Amino acid sequence: MQPNDTAAGGVKREEKQDPLLEVRNLKKFFNTKQGSLKAVNDISFSVRRGETLGIVGESGCGKSTAGRALLRLVEPTAGEVIFEGENITTFKRDRVRAFRRDAQIIFQDPFASLDPRLSISEIIGEPYEIFSLYSKAERFERVQNLMSLVGLSTKLTNSFPHELDGGRRQRVGVARALALDPKFVVCDEPVSALDVSIQAQILNLIQDLQDRLHLTYVFISHDLSVVRHLSDRVAVMYLGKIVEITTYHNIFTRPRHPYTQALLSAIPIPKVNAKRERLILEGDVPSPVNPPKGCIFSGRCPYVMDKCREAPPALISTEEEHYTACYLVHDQADPVAEE
Amino acid sequence: MNDVLLDIRDLRVTYTTEEGLVVAVDDLNLQLRRGETLGLVGETGAGKTTTALSIMQLVPSPPGRIETGEIFFDGEDLRRKRLEDIRNVRGNRISMIFQDPMTSLNPVLTVGFQIEEAIMLHQRLSQRQAGRKARDMLKLVGIPEGRAGDYPHEFSGGMRQRVGIAMALSCNPELLIADEPTTALDVTIQAQVLELMRRLRSEFGTSMLLITHDLGVVAEACDSVAIMYAGAAVETADTERLFTNPRHPYTRGLFGSIPSLDEDVPRLSPIKGIMPDPTELPTGCRFHPRCPAATGICAERTPVMVAVEEGHEVDCMIYEGLVPEARIGEKED
Repeated sequence: MQPNDTAAGGVKREEKQDPLLEVRNLKKFFNTKQGSLKAVNDISFSVRRGETLGIVGESGCGKSTAGRALLRLVEPTAGEVIFEGENITTFKRDRVRAFRRDAQIIFQDPFASLDPRLSISEIIGEPYEIFSLYSKAERFERVQNLMSLVGLSTKLTNSFPHELDGGRRQRVGVARALALDPKFVVCDEPVSALDVSIQAQILNLIQDLQDRLHLTYVFISHDLSVVRHLSDRVAVMYLGKIVEITTYHNIFTRPRHPYTQALLSAIPIPKVNAKRERLILEGDVPSPVNPPKGCIFSGRCPYVMDKCREAPPALISTEEEHYTACYLVHDQADPVAEE
Repeated sequence: MNDVLLDIRDLRVTYTTEEGLVVAVDDLNLQLRRGETLGLVGETGAGKTTTALSIMQLVPSPPGRIETGEIFFDGEDLRRKRLEDIRNVRGNRISMIFQDPMTSLNPVLTVGFQIEEAIMLHQRLSQRQAGRKARDMLKLVGIPEGRAGDYPHEFSGGMRQRVGIAMALSCNPELLIADEPTTALDVTIQAQVLELMRRLRSEFGTSMLLITHDLGVVAEACDSVAIMYAGAAVETADTERLFTNPRHPYTRGLFGSIPSLDEDVPRLSPIKGIMPDPTELPTGCRFHPRCPAATGICAERTPVMVAVEEGHEVDCMIYEGLVPEARIGEKED
């Protein structure tokens, strides 16, 4: 397989301008004893056909809830998710089912996401059963093809999940997600539970499958290195909001939001003498039940100004292909670059 | 010789399981110099935690058993010490920080009491004095002393790990064993904890064995490194040498597997295959079934650790001149 042409600046295949998915003002609140927990609090973005949009953030930032809301695995509290021109949040049950043929998910934990009592071929072929597709012989054939597609030996057809290591289990999860030939796959921390040497195998697999099957991904992870490696564009989430979206290149070379800068500077780089500015954040992430009134990051931001505590900054374009929700950046942004 | 604080020689630890005898640590040799931080790196099942438990003489037995080897701490073999003497070392001269700050604290006791308890056990202090010291330790790790009366569930993950650090340092140990101390934490909190550990180490002059799977953490926090694979150290060097010139095919494979934050690498170069079954370790070199350089001899002969340069040892027959150095890091799925 030829390496992708991912020179600095990023590949921009022409198809990537056309949005497959558009998210508008998506919210998901959960009722808790302490009050309404704002897991996803008004986020908007689009995912272009054939691209990988990475979503990165620390625990509790709402990235997984956002991923699930995109597929209506959790019901959004408000907002729209437009998939190929149709608002899926208004879909009735039947149409949601049909939509799931196009949009699938790979889960984080390959130990919990596979039914321990089903064999590998039953797990991978279950979507066919649910949608009553194909004859028994055809199903068998398709499952075998999927297994070789994801690099699973067909000898494992009748094995059970507990007989497989984490990497192979995650390959089963990938094969199951691809069974119905989806256009769109949400990858929710697919490699976080794996050791680095196995993680690299699965990342390469996810990358190869995108090229072969023209998939569009939303790739969710807490690990910015992993997200950057796979994504065309990266969205950074903090406390239910997107604070910055830009290309995988800009996110490292010119991060603008102070939280993104802090996140980057906190990641230990496996190199000696990696010279970097350290920006160590004080304190912990505030509770999503009671987020700060103005900018959600204002309580920990080293550059906080008075207006930050009053009203939240909007996520607006501050440069080409670069959206930032920060007054400091808005004030500095070149007015010409703003639309 | 006095320079070496911890010297592990030919350690072999096994666990008896239903599936057979698991060799968790096999023929491990490791030295830690006074004042140094040694990173012990490896993936799941490499034997890192068993090594730590062996030093503390806490390997659960049965099913675990230290079969052979010596563990010299400050010149004395810990394996030959009587239980009372070990208790005097544990938590006092050697203490440990655990991976999971959620489960390593007792949920029904206040954090202040838990630190106080460790102090009272090892130091001749009154309860009042111990309580005072516990609060001082909390302050030192950045927790207001007023919170000494709070229970673990009232703290965030990062703060609980600070409590663990306060407890581990409360008796001013000579050696601190930190077993994946930041793995359960978010990266911005990890940065806070690493910074704290760095500051305290230089303040107290504590030597540290830092167990981790994260090479980034090693680059940031360690003076030297031992890479473990399937129960043994396969490469040891000071951090700078190991990172600029990794020699063992496994070490190189690890570096090829990590996505880079600051460089554009279109495709990772993973290590093929999976970790070997610990009940049935491969013959010869344990890494040979996954090694891109392996030849016939690798399945038959066990490599001998050789020094490729001063202070840089590698357990691979390439450096014994028995195997040609093939192209390592070829892509493989």
